[in-house]
Amino acid sequence: MNRYAYRKLKDRAASGLALACVVAALVPLVYILAEVVRVGAPAINWEFLTSRTKGTGEPGEGIGNAILGTLLLVGYASLIGLPVGLLTGVYVSEYGNNRFGTTVRFFNDVLANFPSIVIGLLAYALVVDMLNVGFSLIAGSFALAIIMIPIVANTTEEALRLVPNSLREGALALGVPRWKTVMKVMLANARAGIVTGALLSIARIAGETAPLLLTAFYSNYWSASATEPIASLPLTIFRNYNSPSDVLLHQAWGAALVLILMVLTLNIGVRLFMMKRNRKPKVVKKTWKTRLSLRA
Amino acid sequence: MEDKIVTQGLNAYFGDVHAIKGVDIRIPKNAITAIIGPSGCGKSTLIRCMNRMHEIVRGARVEGKVMLDGKDIYAPGTDAVMVRTKVGMVFQKPNPFPTMSIYDNTVAGLRLTGVKDWKVLDGTVEKSLKLAVLWDEVKHNLDASGVSISGGQQQRLCIARALAVEPEVLLLDEPCSALDPIATAKIEDLLFDLKDRYTIVIVTHNMQQAARVADYTAFMYMGELVEFGVTKRIFENPEKELTEKYITGRFG
Repeated sequence: MNRYAYRKLKDRAASGLALACVVAALVPLVYILAEVVRVGAPAINWEFLTSRTKGTGEPGEGIGNAILGTLLLVGYASLIGLPVGLLTGVYVSEYGNNRFGTTVRFFNDVLANFPSIVIGLLAYALVVDMLNVGFSLIAGSFALAIIMIPIVANTTEEALRLVPNSLREGALALGVPRWKTVMKVMLANARAGIVTGALLSIARIAGETAPLLLTAFYSNYWSASATEPIASLPLTIFRNYNSPSDVLLHQAWGAALVLILMVLTLNIGVRLFMMKRNRKPKVVKKTWKTRLSLRA
Repeated sequence: MEDKIVTQGLNAYFGDVHAIKGVDIRIPKNAITAIIGPSGCGKSTLIRCMNRMHEIVRGARVEGKVMLDGKDIYAPGTDAVMVRTKVGMVFQKPNPFPTMSIYDNTVAGLRLTGVKDWKVLDGTVEKSLKLAVLWDEVKHNLDASGVSISGGQQQRLCIARALAVEPEVLLLDEPCSALDPIATAKIEDLLFDLKDRYTIVIVTHNMQQAARVADYTAFMYMGELVEFGVTKRIFENPEKELTEKYITGRFG
């Protein structure tokens, strides 16, 4: 075999191997999606989405309270996690050129890869036990927020680092104070990356199960109280799947489909948002003409 | 001739690197001073010391004095932000803010420091863009993004942006090195018009440019100021051998 043919063969083999790996990675994903839709979709109807769980398998049972619970848990967690994560990222990127900043960065990386059950234990020890709140919405949100913070902080830092230094210098050289430079120039230019990170972190915590077991616990009733146990989609799936009832089993699949759709919607939303941002806007803001017409 | 900026025993460092070595220079008021020298000789660092932009870099520090109208800008209690409103700067690569319109770019320095009066802002936009000889090219398009115009226009926008905060000194760090000859000529004409009102310091790699626009020229080498004088004399009759070698292209 001459050298050219040998090289060609190696090229084919490498491409083939890479393709095989892609297929191997895609098969489980497609299979899970197909299976969840196949088994889950028949369970979904209006009653299923709007009634509460009972855990008995009676007719008229649904997952409405779990959907509400997941939305509340994610909402409260975002209320804590997003601002803290964002400001941590800003600090580390813009003011963290010192030992403290390096330390914060290190612990962020550690925390981002922490087993979420341990974060659940922390929330249990702190909120459920020490503060004596008990299993509750607020304890669950606290655990989810802790998971969220390092993700948001890291993506914010990354996004800020991608903003060219020349823009920072340009603003500072105009006599713009440092915090204004960060707020109006750096964050404005890093916005796309920060929003992406925030949405992905929300998608991530929406599916967390383990920490909720130890914090939000579960409830078969409609509840929006911060100090009461609350249902959530991941835990509904977990509980129903362990039950012997076929009806409950199908409800678990239905709940899984609802959860997947929620997360997918967020993910696809992020992609669409990014695609829109990448097309450079020609007109930035109507300032001049609109005001001219106002004055006229 | 009156001096606008005077440095005394100025030393600048990047960590352990000694970038500026004991420079004493007097920048004359309302004139154009060019700083020439080979790459890495400290030209940019020198002017960045004049508006306290040097210290932004991690590990950078400055020793010595830089007197602006007789007052040391490094004296304790002096606010770097205030210094920068008096001593503006234009960078090598045009750096308009991509998220802002041409209008907002021009008055960024005012809006970000709290000026909200639209009449003041509108007036400043027109005045600054006219000073930077950009007004006629963009006046119908002020809402367009600051990065939607050509490189030469972007650089003039950056000059307009620097002028909008009404500085007394304008520092330009190789402002034409990313531009074509036509855009360069426009900027040089502009500097000529501005020198009645502003003290201008321009760092340049291009000796023809220094000879064309500058009233005074400083030659730097390895972090030291080798020679300073009237441009014509520096180019026609340099005192130091090193200067002559550089100007005649025997090194650098």
